[in-house]
Amino acid sequence: MSMQDAVARMVRDGDVVVIEGFTHLISFAAGHEIIRQRRRDLTLCRLTPDLIYDQMIAAGCARKLVFSWAGNPGVGSLYAFRRAVEGGQLEIEEYSHFGMVARFLAGAARLPFWTLRDYAGTDLPRVNPRIKSVTCPYTGEDLATVPALNPDVTIVHAQRADAQGNTQVWGLLGVQKEAAFASTRVIVVVEELVDERVIRSDPNRTLIPATVVSAVVVEPWGAHPSYAQGYYDRDNDFYVGWEAISKERAQLANYLDEFVHGVRDRTEYMEKQPRLAERLRAGEQRCAGVNYGF
Amino acid sequence: MAAVAARELVDGEVVFVGIGLPNLACNLARRTHAPNLVLIYESGAVGATPSRLPVSIGDPALVTGSLMVCGMADVFQLFLQNGRIEVGFLGGAQVDRHANINTTVIGSYQRPKVRLPGSGGAAEIAIHAQRILIVAKLSPRAFPERVDFLTSPGQRVAKVITDKGVLERDGTNGELVLTALYPGVDVADVQARVGWPLRARPKLGRLDAPTAVELQLLREVLDPQRLYLRA
Repeated sequence: MSMQDAVARMVRDGDVVVIEGFTHLISFAAGHEIIRQRRRDLTLCRLTPDLIYDQMIAAGCARKLVFSWAGNPGVGSLYAFRRAVEGGQLEIEEYSHFGMVARFLAGAARLPFWTLRDYAGTDLPRVNPRIKSVTCPYTGEDLATVPALNPDVTIVHAQRADAQGNTQVWGLLGVQKEAAFASTRVIVVVEELVDERVIRSDPNRTLIPATVVSAVVVEPWGAHPSYAQGYYDRDNDFYVGWEAISKERAQLANYLDEFVHGVRDRTEYMEKQPRLAERLRAGEQRCAGVNYGF
Repeated sequence: MAAVAARELVDGEVVFVGIGLPNLACNLARRTHAPNLVLIYESGAVGATPSRLPVSIGDPALVTGSLMVCGMADVFQLFLQNGRIEVGFLGGAQVDRHANINTTVIGSYQRPKVRLPGSGGAAEIAIHAQRILIVAKLSPRAFPERVDFLTSPGQRVAKVITDKGVLERDGTNGELVLTALYPGVDVADVQARVGWPLRARPKLGRLDAPTAVELQLLREVLDPQRLYLRA
């Protein structure tokens, strides 16, 4: 399915949307398509909103943000996010990383909440009343709880999948498996479409099975400026450069005009930046492989 | 600061690493007195041996050659909540009299003057790591009497390593007190940069300047581009 079709069919105004991937494998291609199709009133959830949600907030897609760390990783601030929050224009619901992970775990297990030993002595429950507590029926201990997160749609980028959506990932795994299992619809975006035999040759590497996948989109370089281990490196220069772009409303609007609205799809986005691939393509570091025989 | 922080780490310890100076400190320790340090990043890399300075906590160089890569549910439940992390590094926009840390907002939560990134993993690291080290530059704004927002509680903070000296929690009331100074710094220099009447231990330790080996590793091997050493 094309990215255009996948977003048109699966992402609706008002949806709870998750584009996961912790630094690694963030589907910027999907975020850009959601901006192009002018989706509105979305509740955007992610541990780290990263540049992609900063762009979606600036583009007017978001009504609410659910998150645990909203910075530009290794650089500084997300200024569209900051302008929206400091100006009181964006509703936020804030957790810690463990809290967000626990919300996805509950969602994936179809439980109403998850328990964790966290938040004692912090101000987070004071500003987020959805962080509550429960008394353990066995020990009497007070444990923190967070509610399940069951998104309408989760979008994950991955190295490869077969046509059915059996999806293999290596490198940092983030919380994508839990987010996918928690979600009503799942779009998988991959660098490469492979034959089912490739998946079956290495089943331990499958993170998300086809049974929970709604659509497969093939989009090489679809994670740039995030990265795909073994395919291309993170574009740190872009992350550093985002500081200046996002600081000024007009500059950010120009960026969206040129690199999001100004291109039809990821192929055109890559054609606009012909030296990107050469600069970021990954080197070789193959693993030894294992024997699956019996 | 990076060299002083590195010396706090004991060979073989399991350390939850943050980006920036803590990352430099851990990799310096690994290349000097603590070759068996186990570095765990919240992104899921366990036993990482990054061949370049990781620019973010999710850098691909943390994966290549590591001992294990696990999902974040495992990082927080099986390592952190399980009690397997011996040392955690934290930083923050504000550190207060009782070593509580704020990385959430300056001003009020509803209409903040400055909206900071938030907790990330800091709240649970502060609660679960056996010993917390804070690395931060001293200034009255960064060290107020009370944080504007309590993101991470200070109970487990062992040392606050600053650019002027080291603060530790007092045994009786948990208040931060000055315990060691760099060469050429006096008590008044530190007190002038802290937002409460800071007490000093009667016998102050002396922090050694970085050795030639430490400086060479930091400047030429670990951070040749001075991404973090400048700061």
